[in-house]
Amino acid sequence: MHEMALCQRIIEIVDETARSQGFSRIVSVRLEIGALSSVEPEAIAFGFDVASRNTAAEGCRLRIDRPPGQAYCIDCGDSTVIASRSDPCPRCGGYQLLVTGGEELRVMELEVE
Amino acid sequence: MCGICGCGGDGATVDGIPVQSGEARDGSHVHVAADGTVTRHDHGHDHGQGHHHHHHDDPDPVPGHGHAPDSGAARLIRIEQDLLAKNDRFAAVNRQLFSATGTLALNLMSSPGSGKTTLLVRTLETLRDRFPIAVIEGDQQTSFDVDRIRATGVPAVQINTGKGCHLDAQMVTQAVGTLGVSEGSILFIENVGNLVCPAGFDLGERVRVVVLSVTEGEDKPLKYPDMFASADLLLINKIDLLPYITFDLDRLIGYARRLRPNLPVIQISATTGAGFADWLHWIEQQREFALAPLAKSSAPVATAPQAIRPTEA
Repeated sequence: MHEMALCQRIIEIVDETARSQGFSRIVSVRLEIGALSSVEPEAIAFGFDVASRNTAAEGCRLRIDRPPGQAYCIDCGDSTVIASRSDPCPRCGGYQLLVTGGEELRVMELEVE
Repeated sequence: MCGICGCGGDGATVDGIPVQSGEARDGSHVHVAADGTVTRHDHGHDHGQGHHHHHHDDPDPVPGHGHAPDSGAARLIRIEQDLLAKNDRFAAVNRQLFSATGTLALNLMSSPGSGKTTLLVRTLETLRDRFPIAVIEGDQQTSFDVDRIRATGVPAVQINTGKGCHLDAQMVTQAVGTLGVSEGSILFIENVGNLVCPAGFDLGERVRVVVLSVTEGEDKPLKYPDMFASADLLLINKIDLLPYITFDLDRLIGYARRLRPNLPVIQISATTGAGFADWLHWIEQQREFALAPLAKSSAPVATAPQAIRPTEA
């Protein structure tokens, strides 16, 4: 979804941060994109290259961490790890799962010079 | 989990392959990114590395603690900013206004052609004489839909998103400023026809209604899980067409409830009016829930949406 718009937002955030602290070049940017965040990391990486042109982030390294999907199984009364929203509970095979983690969509840090 | 960067040695995966991250004895840290980049960085305060962990909300309490970077060295700036934070701030402003006025804001989402506008027109014709109602129409182009809504006499604003694939909270803030909302009103927000992107954007609505027509196939929930996982109601539309097509209603409902346990479902036909009594009853019930806090509270009610301006943090 709308990865290009998110990339423009990422560039806004990092460009603003770097400039406000007096740095002109961004060496690397690290993002956190949860496994259930409905965003494709590959599309972000592609969009980032385009969106970063003529900004302090042009040519910088992009690192993407992927926190796993986590859910609470109502039937088991316990937490579990899932790869996608349509996965069953690996313990009981049921689908009464409430997502509790893996929806992150964040700029974590940047390296500047 | 690493306290500095939040990366986990606790089961993170890249496309199903476990991330090889973990803390080495020297405090350094390995990341394997989605693009295959393997990166090691230090978490120890080894001043020779030139790393600088900057804490925005927690200025270094110990001046001269060694955080000053070496001249010309790269610095690490920690941000931890949510990409949707800006949207969420506007959503919070909208939600605050809706709850202060007891407004029931419904975010109607579906793929193109599910019959949202026809459904809305029929709904407005029934409810317009009973409650204050307003409509926000979202489409990439044209004012076709808002013209159909205005023909019912209900005030409506068209948002054209241009190339945008979804409504965002700021668009809704602006539209509400134009429309205004009064106490106990119902605000229908018809999102851009799209089963993907609108799911990711909180508009400040009270409830999310996903409309799916029977001609679209029963497997849609599993194909577009985010949309169904965030729904508060599933409206199955065009049920008058069931005799003419192969469609397994039970399977659809089962799939949807895999994503959202106990998801309420109402079957309707916007053309024939079948099931409309249930749908209208559900709306009235939600409106009562939206109004209930006002009855209990004597707090002054905000009536001037224009006066509420979201502020940039």
